[in-house]
Amino acid sequence: MKGRPELYTSYGQDMAFLNTRPKRAWTGGLVVLALLVPFLITDDLLQLLATGFVAAIGAIGLNIVTGYAGQVSLGHAFFLAIGAYTGAALSGSETGRVIGFGITSLPIWLLASGLVAAFFGVLVAPVAVRLRGLYLAIVTLGLVFLGEHVFREWTSLTGGPGVGRPAAIPELFGVRLDRDNAMFTAAQQLYLLMFVLLVIFGVLARNLVRSRVGRAFAAVRDRDLAASVIGVDLTKYKVLAFAVSSFYAGVAGALLFVVNGFFDPGSFSLLLSVQYIAMVLIGGAGTISGAIMGALFITLLPRITRELPAVLPFISGDATGTFTVFQLEAVLYGVLIIVFLIVEPRGLFGIWVRVRNYWRTWPFSY
Amino acid sequence: MDEFLQSLIRGLGTGSIYSLLALGFVIIYKSTQVISFAQPAFMLAGAVLVSYLAPQVSFFGAVVLAAAMIAVLALGVERTVLRPMVGKPVFVVAIITIGVDVVIRVVTNAFIGLDVRQVGDPWGLTTVSFLGAEVQQRYLVMIGTTAVVTIALFAFFRYSRIGLAMRAVAYDQEVALAQGISVGSVFALSWALAGGLAALAGVFVATGAGVDQQLWIVALKALPAIILGGLESLGGAVVGGLAVGIVESLFGTYQGDFAPWLGPNFALVAPYALMLLVLLVRPYGLFGKREVERL
Repeated sequence: MKGRPELYTSYGQDMAFLNTRPKRAWTGGLVVLALLVPFLITDDLLQLLATGFVAAIGAIGLNIVTGYAGQVSLGHAFFLAIGAYTGAALSGSETGRVIGFGITSLPIWLLASGLVAAFFGVLVAPVAVRLRGLYLAIVTLGLVFLGEHVFREWTSLTGGPGVGRPAAIPELFGVRLDRDNAMFTAAQQLYLLMFVLLVIFGVLARNLVRSRVGRAFAAVRDRDLAASVIGVDLTKYKVLAFAVSSFYAGVAGALLFVVNGFFDPGSFSLLLSVQYIAMVLIGGAGTISGAIMGALFITLLPRITRELPAVLPFISGDATGTFTVFQLEAVLYGVLIIVFLIVEPRGLFGIWVRVRNYWRTWPFSY
Repeated sequence: MDEFLQSLIRGLGTGSIYSLLALGFVIIYKSTQVISFAQPAFMLAGAVLVSYLAPQVSFFGAVVLAAAMIAVLALGVERTVLRPMVGKPVFVVAIITIGVDVVIRVVTNAFIGLDVRQVGDPWGLTTVSFLGAEVQQRYLVMIGTTAVVTIALFAFFRYSRIGLAMRAVAYDQEVALAQGISVGSVFALSWALAGGLAALAGVFVATGAGVDQQLWIVALKALPAIILGGLESLGGAVVGGLAVGIVESLFGTYQGDFAPWLGPNFALVAPYALMLLVLLVRPYGLFGKREVERL
């Protein structure tokens, strides 16, 4: 097949992990670039990117249940919260104010956070199996409010509203990654940690969705009745989708505040769920790379709008002006969601596909 | 007993607010099969408008004017943002309404500022004696107004020509189109109606305590109401709204005594817990229609 890279002679070839040569080149290039970045840019940008990578893990999770399996969930903030508190409680140290078990080893609390969140996902799934479309969206929204209440009241776990508790402690093989050491700064270490985790979870998700399970998810999304007629077990796959998605949310939740080091129960509001929905939709529903693009975009958005007052003088940079960056930022979420859904429903991924297709046949692109 | 009656009236009062909002949700759902998450923003905008208009044109004039203006705003939103999305998956359209909600709310918040704005209602927190219990006047007004509005709406759908057209569209859009009904204007009208109802509800929420930036959260309580009632049922929306109000109020009064482990302020989330319980038993709500699916 030399010289004819796009001729597939088997289904397996077509579904291969990186099925074309440009894809391999691009992915390799991006990974190398991402590994070089920590030595090129400043620490505060690194922290932002690290948070973006964590958000990407969460967005991939939401994309599995919403983008691939078609089960609309506005309850992602709830699962993120469960992961965050499991991680923080397991790795934190017992103080008089908050509980903690002192298990600081990262793989242990990360896995535990994911599993506990997945457990709650499985608990919620039976409701999802019985409900259609928007009923499910509203139920998951209710979950966010119930969760907020529990986390507000359970102060020995969460530290209470406005006060909060320290986030999980990232310790790998006895090295605290959130402290500077001889070779790297804390931001560089956390950036690399989050990047490696994103690659691991991204590859896992990609492998899941191109397998039998992924095809079953897509069948359920496109027409669940038709899927059940051809032998897809709806209950099993809906429960599975929720479990996997919540696992990702739990992992992301546990890592989300590691960079900042502190969080309070007010963080897990409906707004957080909407942000993740925005990541998935702006990035491109039903694609892993889209979810990553969307997550990075939404995470970097505040940073970009902060720079705007310098360029556009009618926007006020501080919180007291008539038209502030904070308002602009909030409006932008809304406007971006609307514009993307109307103009480019496939999101950033769709734009990339169009650019790619233009250049693929260049200069005969029509 | 007095305590019970008081909390019942309070529940019916807040419940009638939820009913108004729920009616808006259901009207939009019936004609377009979409849940509009923009209702909270319309509600907030309505209350803020009244707080600005009331000093000029008296409270009651301001309410009518604000409801009309929000109706026009909602109609405009439907025409510009939602119309291009006709025929797209309902989930996508629902998310667009979240975007609309965020935009309108941020703009409205700029007009609220950090203070609490008063809507200038004549009732305040004054109480009257009702069947031997001291209840706040405003709750009785809410119940009365909602009853009148609900009856007017039902009469509109039942007897007017446009109401008939709306019912036809809810029943089957294509057949309605074939009969010469302008489905587009029915969509627009449903949004306008829902906007007006939301504005009215917003004013009621703001009586007593005033308008602040957190007011919109109240509108989301109408979601358990419509789920309880069933998304397709106008009657269900009213009943669901009242039920949510009563449950919330009774929990607020008694939960501290019989279930303190649920924590203070559980009343605020009790509607969501109720919704989960009802849905486990009846996945289509109490009055919703069970859909027969075909391949």
